Amino acid sequence: MRLINQQFSPPARAALKLAPFVLLIIVYLIGSAARLADNPGDKLLPALSSIANAVDLMAFTPDRRTGEYLLWSDTWASLKRLGAGLGISTLLALVIGIGIGILPVLRALLAPFVSFISMVPPLALLPILFISLGLGEVSKIALIVIGVAPIMIRDLAQTVLALPREQIVKAQTLAASSWLVALRIVLPQALPRLLGSLRLQLGPAFLFLIAAEAISADSGLGYRIFLVRRYLSMDVIFPYVAWITFLAASADFAIDRFRRWLFPWSELEGGK
Amino acid sequence: MTALAVENLWKEYGDQVVMENVSLSVAARSFVAVVGPSGCGKSTLLRILLGQERVSRGMVTLDGAPLPAEPGPDRGVVYQRYSVFPHLSVLGNVMLGPELQAGRFSGRSFGAARRALAEEARAMIADVGLSGAEDKYPAQLSGGMQQRLALAQALMMKPRVLLLDEPFGALDPGIRADIHKLMKRLWHERPMTVIMVTHDLREAFTLGTRVIALGRTRDLPEEALRYGASITKDIEIWPPRVAGGGSVFDPETPNGRDDPAFETSTTGRPDRTPEI
Repeated sequence: MRLINQQFSPPARAALKLAPFVLLIIVYLIGSAARLADNPGDKLLPALSSIANAVDLMAFTPDRRTGEYLLWSDTWASLKRLGAGLGISTLLALVIGIGIGILPVLRALLAPFVSFISMVPPLALLPILFISLGLGEVSKIALIVIGVAPIMIRDLAQTVLALPREQIVKAQTLAASSWLVALRIVLPQALPRLLGSLRLQLGPAFLFLIAAEAISADSGLGYRIFLVRRYLSMDVIFPYVAWITFLAASADFAIDRFRRWLFPWSELEGGK
Repeated sequence: MTALAVENLWKEYGDQVVMENVSLSVAARSFVAVVGPSGCGKSTLLRILLGQERVSRGMVTLDGAPLPAEPGPDRGVVYQRYSVFPHLSVLGNVMLGPELQAGRFSGRSFGAARRALAEEARAMIADVGLSGAEDKYPAQLSGGMQQRLALAQALMMKPRVLLLDEPFGALDPGIRADIHKLMKRLWHERPMTVIMVTHDLREAFTLGTRVIALGRTRDLPEEALRYGASITKDIEIWPPRVAGGGSVFDPETPNGRDDPAFETSTTGRPDRTPEI
């Protein structure tokens, strides 16, 4: 049988799904054991026990200076920035993206500009943001917005432009004004795609967040990683990276579930 | 009475002449089928009547007044595809037009008005044979059911002119025959003029009261750019079909109907019964 026609039973599929994860852990354990056998003081690949100690210290022991549980306060600080950045980007994408998609005047006015802006490398703007907006929260959120919003706007405008012209004409024969076409025809069909685009931008958003936190912050997941890096504390960095990955993956999963729940028809269309 | 009149219409895209000197006057309540080979401007003519495209020269009038320059609720349309909205259920699709008309800001109606509208929409859905599918989404319907839905959605607006752009072209023959019956009945029952673009001659002669063929009179390759299509045949169906009555030879119209519209239209006066 050709490889492209292979089919697997559910248990076999589950085993295949888990295999890369298990493999990664095994490789780590072997590497860690080998390095620790050579040098018990090695910090590069700490043993699971020292990672567990570090997790206990960061997540379940109050900080001696502030009394906070560092992992949770870092997570909260980072998620606030991420949420604000992604929220603002989503709103901008919704308003400007749909506007560009349906109004010829906005398309002529903004489409080339947004395409141009989306090519600016956001990290190169970071010094400008820190200088002009200060070292506080605003500059970090601004970096996420600048990095993520133009791409979301372009994506959404493309989605709206790709709606069949027939639908827009049909809506007009049903007495829709420009506003009602946007509200009742375009917006509901653009939202599932907007959520999809939001999922894809989670990765870049975390990248910009951690970059901003690494340079200047007093809390946050990225801040902590770059702080303990000075002491080569891989036992803290590894769990933090795993935690960030887990947060991003959960958000990705949750947004997709939310889309299916809110727009059951979008699943039917995709299945066609 | 003339519902729709086209006078000396020219349509050009840049240097290319698509339609030249087309004149046409369509009587109210008629069912005009427009046929012709691909690329002869059938769909362009339909888009012009819809208000989606402007004429280059000439004039189009609807009930004596110049045609508005953009699509509106007086002209309904059903396309071969993309006529219904994938994000709305069958009921939502049928209610959409009146809802958009009722709520100019929200595009929705509420309370008693909404319930009355839903009632009306359910009746319309039943009329086109879609009862039981009210809560389904278009993607869950077959092609024929989607076209029935598109008809129901358009008819909710009570358009004066219904424009059909190869509406049944993608359907299986059996399903197409069923929907032809439906289309005929809807045309008989509702006060509208129908203009249907099709490439299926059989369909044109089955449904129409009049068949118009568009074509190019000069077909040399080097002339193609400068000579557009015009009306090459204009055939009145004989014996005439009359909206609300139907031809006496029309086997699909039941003879024993007791509705007054049937009798008035074939004899011309309500106190006489038609001699069949």
